[in-house]
Amino acid sequence: MAATDSGSSTQPSYKASDGKHQRPAFESWGRYPEYEADIRDLHWQSDFPHAMEGVHNGALPVGMGRSYGDVCLLKDGTLLRTTGMDRLLAFDTTTGLLTAEAGVTLAQILDFAVPRGFFLPVTPGTKYVTLGGAIANDIHGKNHHIAGTFGNHVTQFELVRSDGAQMLCTPTENPDFYAATIGGMGLTGVITWAQVRLKPIVSRMVDYQGIQFHGIDEFLDLTQQSQSIEYTVSWIDVTSTGKNFARGIFMQGDHSQVPAPLKVSSKPKLVFPMELPGWALNGTTVGLFNTLFFNKQIKSRVSTLQDYEPFFYPLDAVLKWNKMYGKRGLLQFQYAIPWEYAREGTIAILQEVAKSGLASFLAVLKAFGDVPSPGMMSFPKPGITLALDFPIKPEKSFALFDRLAAMTHEFGGRLYPAKDARMTAPQFRAFYPQWERFARYKDRALTSSFWERVTEGEGDR
Amino acid sequence: MSAVVTHSAQTLVLNSSEPTLPLRRAVPVTSSSSSEGAAMLSRRILVLGATSGIAEACCRLWAERGETLYLVARNADKLASVAADLRTRGAAFVETAVADLDNTSAHPELLAHAINALGGLDIAFVSLGTLGEQPKAERNFNDAAQIIHTNFVAAASLLTWLGNYCAQRHAGTLAVLSSVAGDRGRKSNYVYGSAKAGLSAFLSGLRNRIDRDGVRIMTIKPGPVRTAMTQGMKGQEKFADVNKVAATIVKGIDRGGDILYVPGIWRLIMLVIRTVPERVFKKTNL
Repeated sequence: MAATDSGSSTQPSYKASDGKHQRPAFESWGRYPEYEADIRDLHWQSDFPHAMEGVHNGALPVGMGRSYGDVCLLKDGTLLRTTGMDRLLAFDTTTGLLTAEAGVTLAQILDFAVPRGFFLPVTPGTKYVTLGGAIANDIHGKNHHIAGTFGNHVTQFELVRSDGAQMLCTPTENPDFYAATIGGMGLTGVITWAQVRLKPIVSRMVDYQGIQFHGIDEFLDLTQQSQSIEYTVSWIDVTSTGKNFARGIFMQGDHSQVPAPLKVSSKPKLVFPMELPGWALNGTTVGLFNTLFFNKQIKSRVSTLQDYEPFFYPLDAVLKWNKMYGKRGLLQFQYAIPWEYAREGTIAILQEVAKSGLASFLAVLKAFGDVPSPGMMSFPKPGITLALDFPIKPEKSFALFDRLAAMTHEFGGRLYPAKDARMTAPQFRAFYPQWERFARYKDRALTSSFWERVTEGEGDR
Repeated sequence: MSAVVTHSAQTLVLNSSEPTLPLRRAVPVTSSSSSEGAAMLSRRILVLGATSGIAEACCRLWAERGETLYLVARNADKLASVAADLRTRGAAFVETAVADLDNTSAHPELLAHAINALGGLDIAFVSLGTLGEQPKAERNFNDAAQIIHTNFVAAASLLTWLGNYCAQRHAGTLAVLSSVAGDRGRKSNYVYGSAKAGLSAFLSGLRNRIDRDGVRIMTIKPGPVRTAMTQGMKGQEKFADVNKVAATIVKGIDRGGDILYVPGIWRLIMLVIRTVPERVFKKTNL
């Protein structure tokens, strides 16, 4: 009995005290931090706000839990999971306007739309996010320089507040709530349904080109040359120094204009089988991976016709790949630095990462365009964005993170809440000075661990 | 006493006049029993309890195949969003009726209307049901009676009308959601379980009576499934995925068969549970 007691007292946040590490029922993609919460499923548009009955520690609408940090978590609170609201309500084949409940995933939308000759206007690197989550984080994709954010294609949606008020939000009707909800991190209410404009395609294939580059200046040249190409993104090696510093592959593509069958491809079968031990990803293995990835493409330039699945969602082919980072999970770091300091800031940060010796693969570099985001709190702004991920090694990776966040601030940039678990309250206020205005549209019954952290409990106005 | 009298009087009335569904016009013999090309046609499917999680998931698969659907449910808003989804996904035709199926006296009118709208009937999917709250049902018989009424009495009424309609035409499939809970009464949900046991027995007898007339009766016995009905139940995260369950059911209806356990492992589990002697079983905490 004594052993059981001490076991439970040392791990107060875990339900089980049998010595086996019990993970919470709902985790963010980074699997850090771990917070217990009460989960309630919303199956019908009318389930909210009834589902708030008996809620004492606040609530937060969530979708697939694909944001990395604590923007989709609420410690000891209630998570209102929206994935049960996944109905397609209307589709107009002439305009491409799709109306659907907010819990439908982008994967479900693609399964429906691609055979009918339509595609998402903007897509992130995973299709396993909900429509509501895509709006709440105002996600961006490889076509940001042309299409802007996801919110730019959301024509209307219904927002339900915890007091039961239902609001139709469009750029002209309830425009403040429209702007606050796009990128509003789920804090303004529950989005019950939304309408998004899909775009026509004639083939599921993408004309792909991969081009090797060495250094940031070559990356910037390629960015300049590819302004009219719809999708551009770069993988960058952040482990190498010296002559290989900031080498990478610039990947670009357009939807193929050659008509071809639109059948949906098969579902992914691979599931990452287990958590790797913490030491598995280290400087050596990641350096090796990066060298292999860079040299996999032997020629300095390749062109090919590629299915949209591997082009947009290479990692979705392995479900639960986040387990690769072991039980401590991973941290993402993504900044946007405006053009004025973009080159200088990116080089300085890449040097800092390389110097730290902390492994990161999947470093992704992209230029954001100047299409304004409709969201009040949207992350993208014209300049360069870099996304890195690291296995969590508390002493080391947290210190590096804090240095990188401070540097981002110095270079006039900002961090992406959907990928953050570390930014400080003063940093958040500097990155998003409009936060106090946003707080006026926040629903007082809703909050998140992210919001509590960055506003230090002063997030209701 | 008076209830018994009323009941027997009703039975006499039914026997004497042999009522049939008040159909507006003659409905052609259903397609499933006729030519080989019939399989290519849009099948006419009546769904009774269309906002049930399992029923809705089945309907999505039918909609994607372009079937013709008539949906009945109690809540107008929920029914409207289900219908919109099925239309969007490609159903050839979706008609709806808002009705409380507990009201058995409205069944003939409702069913006649549905069959008229569909222009016949290939499949009736009977998915009305309520889990109820076992502790409340133990304390108050009114709660128990409600659970038994919805899961058994109302379903038996629908099946009586539908069975007779199909038997007359020598065609049609009645696919009915029962439950593994009906295979043995357990203290955690024996009221619901006994209603489902009654339903399974009713279906067994109905099959024995009209299978020879060309009517297919399928008893579907799902194990625990993650739907709105089981929300908040302990271990719900580990329950079967409703879309996989629906795929098995839809395929099972295509293939035919009498009793379908979904997921299939439940056939084995319930075989074991049924063989435990009562003197042992009564001491368990299932």
